[in-house]
Amino acid sequence: MSQNLLLTDAAGRPKNPAPTGTPLLSVRDLHVTFSSEAGDVRAVRGVSYDLHPGEVLGIVGESGSGKSVSAMAILGLLPDNARITGSIKLEGRELLGLGDKRMSKIRGKDIAMVFQDPLSALTPVFTVGDQIVEALTVHQKLSRDAARKRALELLDVVGIPDPERRFKNFPHEFSGGMRQRVMIAMAIANDPKVILCDEPTTALDVTIQAQILEALKNAQELTGAAILMITHDLGVVAGFADKVSVMYAGRPVEQGAVDEIYYRPRMPYTIGLLGSIPRLDVSGEHGRRPLTPIEGNPPSMVDLPDACPFADRCPIVTDICRDAEPELLPAGPDSHPSACHRRADLESGTIPIDQVYPVPEIPETHLDAVPREQRSPVLEVKGLQKHFPLMRGAVFKRRVGTVKAVDGIDFEIREGETLGLVGESGCGKTTTLLEILELVAPQAGSIAVFGSQAANLSGRERMEMRKDIQIVFQDPMASLDPRMPVGEAIAEPLRTHGWSQDKAYERVAELLELVGLEPYHASRFPREFSGGQRQRICVARALALNPKVVILDEPVSALDVSIQAGVINLLDELRAKLGLSYLFVAHDLSVVRHIADRVAVMYLGRIVEIGDVSSVFELPSHPYTQALLSAIPLPDPRKERERSRILLPGDLPSPANVPSGCRFRDRCFKYASLNAAEQSKCRDEDPVIVARPGKQDHAAACHFADALEVV
Amino acid sequence: MGAFIVRRLLNYVVLVFVATSLAYLGAATAFHPKDMYLQKNPPTPAVVMYHELNERNDNPDKPVLERYAHWVDGVAHGDFGQTWQLDSVSKHFSISVWVTVRLVTVAAVISAVAGILIGSFQAVRQYKFSDHAITFGSYIIFAMPVFVLAPLLKLVAVQVNKAVGGNTPLLQYQGEIDPDATGFWGQLFSRADHLLLPTISLSLGLIAFYSRYQRGQMLDVLGSDFLRTARAKGLSKSRAILKHGVRTAVIPVMTLVTYSTILTFAGAIITERVFGWNGLGSWFTDATNHSDVNSVAVITLFSAVLVLIAGMLSDVITALLDPRVRL
Repeated sequence: MSQNLLLTDAAGRPKNPAPTGTPLLSVRDLHVTFSSEAGDVRAVRGVSYDLHPGEVLGIVGESGSGKSVSAMAILGLLPDNARITGSIKLEGRELLGLGDKRMSKIRGKDIAMVFQDPLSALTPVFTVGDQIVEALTVHQKLSRDAARKRALELLDVVGIPDPERRFKNFPHEFSGGMRQRVMIAMAIANDPKVILCDEPTTALDVTIQAQILEALKNAQELTGAAILMITHDLGVVAGFADKVSVMYAGRPVEQGAVDEIYYRPRMPYTIGLLGSIPRLDVSGEHGRRPLTPIEGNPPSMVDLPDACPFADRCPIVTDICRDAEPELLPAGPDSHPSACHRRADLESGTIPIDQVYPVPEIPETHLDAVPREQRSPVLEVKGLQKHFPLMRGAVFKRRVGTVKAVDGIDFEIREGETLGLVGESGCGKTTTLLEILELVAPQAGSIAVFGSQAANLSGRERMEMRKDIQIVFQDPMASLDPRMPVGEAIAEPLRTHGWSQDKAYERVAELLELVGLEPYHASRFPREFSGGQRQRICVARALALNPKVVILDEPVSALDVSIQAGVINLLDELRAKLGLSYLFVAHDLSVVRHIADRVAVMYLGRIVEIGDVSSVFELPSHPYTQALLSAIPLPDPRKERERSRILLPGDLPSPANVPSGCRFRDRCFKYASLNAAEQSKCRDEDPVIVARPGKQDHAAACHFADALEVV
Repeated sequence: MGAFIVRRLLNYVVLVFVATSLAYLGAATAFHPKDMYLQKNPPTPAVVMYHELNERNDNPDKPVLERYAHWVDGVAHGDFGQTWQLDSVSKHFSISVWVTVRLVTVAAVISAVAGILIGSFQAVRQYKFSDHAITFGSYIIFAMPVFVLAPLLKLVAVQVNKAVGGNTPLLQYQGEIDPDATGFWGQLFSRADHLLLPTISLSLGLIAFYSRYQRGQMLDVLGSDFLRTARAKGLSKSRAILKHGVRTAVIPVMTLVTYSTILTFAGAIITERVFGWNGLGSWFTDATNHSDVNSVAVITLFSAVLVLIAGMLSDVITALLDPRVRL
């Protein structure tokens, strides 16, 4: 990345300013209310903070907590039905009440924004270059050539290779990560004083997330801008922010320096959030630390009573919590402000922080005592391959290439075991699942369920087999028919397999209780449930036929953190209770570390590393696994500051154009460090997956595999 | 894109041929030109009648397929036969088509531009009074067929002329041009004057139609992330909407606009009749009334060509407007 960009007025700004003096951005008692048919929605209820030059403030909260709305209020881009009160001052100048014309002069110039979804945030019909040029010329008088030159510099700064050529490309020709870089280029185009980032990496893969965070850091160093980072990911904030504001139900409930919040939380919600995220770096006695979920759901923002909005979900609630809403006050003389009536108890240690939430038991099953080799395999996949032809031509189709979605993978799952299948989007995880669920002979290789080959099954046997292998999908919203009562949705697999109405009805009640819902919920419709509850319903549906294997396709990635923990614990409990085996597909390695016994890492249609969770996570041997693990931010500010990241260059290559030899080599950091003879081996020889020396259950597909501790 | 257009054109030649042949065979079977002669008073002598029917290649004593073969042979040599008045069809066509072109060009352009702008305006001011008022007006126009709207416009013109008074009526509603108009400016004014009412009659329906679609598309775009990005860059609301919003929302609407615009050139039967323009529409009704197979066939041929041009043009325009589309 070149550093040759000369920003016009960056020189005058201090590099590492102390957070004293007049704040750059000062928000005081900000309220935002939307009128709706149900009544006034009080989306933001009193937000105050100061942002000093060069500082990073992280705003953390779940969806609906008002964090994005408060940022949009700063930009003045809320819809017309929003009523905003309070004060937003930029360098002492009041922004609230400015007209659109005046605000337009500030937007993009003094305050810039990077949005969440880079796929839809760029206008599809203009070239990337033109859109950056536009961002420049709106605020600066530049000749066409000068603007173009500056836009090329910006593309270079944010790490877009070959800017001359990419300048003329349209957004759809860019990957998600590249588009987010373009967004950053536009945001820093006019050397802004404040950059607002609204979940800038949420839609991206972890390795790309690491790249984008790096690009943002560089951009900040160059411009000296202050950053307001909105996110739900406590890991991202830990390494990036100087101070943190935790929002709940439209209000900050805890505010302070990042270390304070992470190591001395003084509000049960923050404590719950920190306890509910599965972590890469912590393992308990059994290799796992139990997660403490926050029960219940956030309150509706219409007609909030004068009580602590968290009271219904709080394990240490007392009477006063239901009588008055606590104010944001420091818990002690040298403590940061938090909004909790019991902050003094938390501060003094009367209530120990780690005992605020009851720690659930990690359920055990009789199978845990049986060594793995003695358990029978339930699903065996050998040399599985799925290639899609790439066709061109309208009338006469001709084959112009092959998409190697799954290119020869082996794994097996034994009774009572969870295998995590991880990899970036596009690596072939979903294709693998679909091939297994199809239960027919694959293009090449074999799939065996309970020892019988899928290829040899008759139609009737296949139907029978489907009872034993069920799936839970990622998006519980989309995988339930909105017009079908959930009871019917759960009963559907039963009815399909010939259960009578009465018997199915009894089973539905039983299933609902099993997943932590009530039998009377059966007559309700999906929209009446929250995301976490919907996913429980999907789990109940998958369990209806007493399957032996459940395939979980990103089952928690669409859920908020606090909800996620509850579903993970439920899955854990069900596995123990019912003796299930899981194939758990996820891109979130922390979740996999928490729930899986074994893990398989996929890259471009192949498994590059497989083994038991502790070996793979503690001593990853394939460079890709190492990079993947190193890219994951830890929710621990001190560790984050000390870690150095392995940044992978570029994006996942297209499975239609797989590199020769080792398919990972063009992104491999190890390859770069090899000598010519070794490099030619990587280029010419496709590495096979071989067991690591001295390890029973750990194998990697790398010519130069070598363990490296990265977490 | 060049190869794409050539391939398309080849396909089109076949389609046009099939469409026109079907129209010819249909008309030749359904029409009874001989009866037209027999109904005349005084009756046409049989010799003359058969001579004329043979000239027109409409002699019912010959098998339809034989007449069809003769017609195809003529068309292949550039001869489209004769009209019921024994004029050359080609000559008649070359006059009528320009009358239609002069009639509908202005209306087509105005409707497209006004429809898109009005639709966008409505979307930006959704549920405000102006949006409701325009929607209401659109539905009234939808509910009113052209054969009601055109005479109504004429009635209004008569009232206006009466109110204004003077020797020559202010608003003209018959024909293309006043034959007495002299000088370039005089003729231009006269043409514009004659064009006013038929243009309104043609445009209103199209504007109502286009604006409904544009409004819907625009509403989708107004909530889009990229428009928010444009605003966050510092573009004012109106500029962001014009540059990023309308430009994107217009892509799907253009398919519709292209088809409707091109097809208006096939002739506006009712508007031409009501305002006395002898374009393709008038000719088509005359030809049908007089069992004129050759004229009907050539107008069908022209319409088929227009449909296919519209199809290709809309594809090309979409590809030009939307970089994500590749031909």
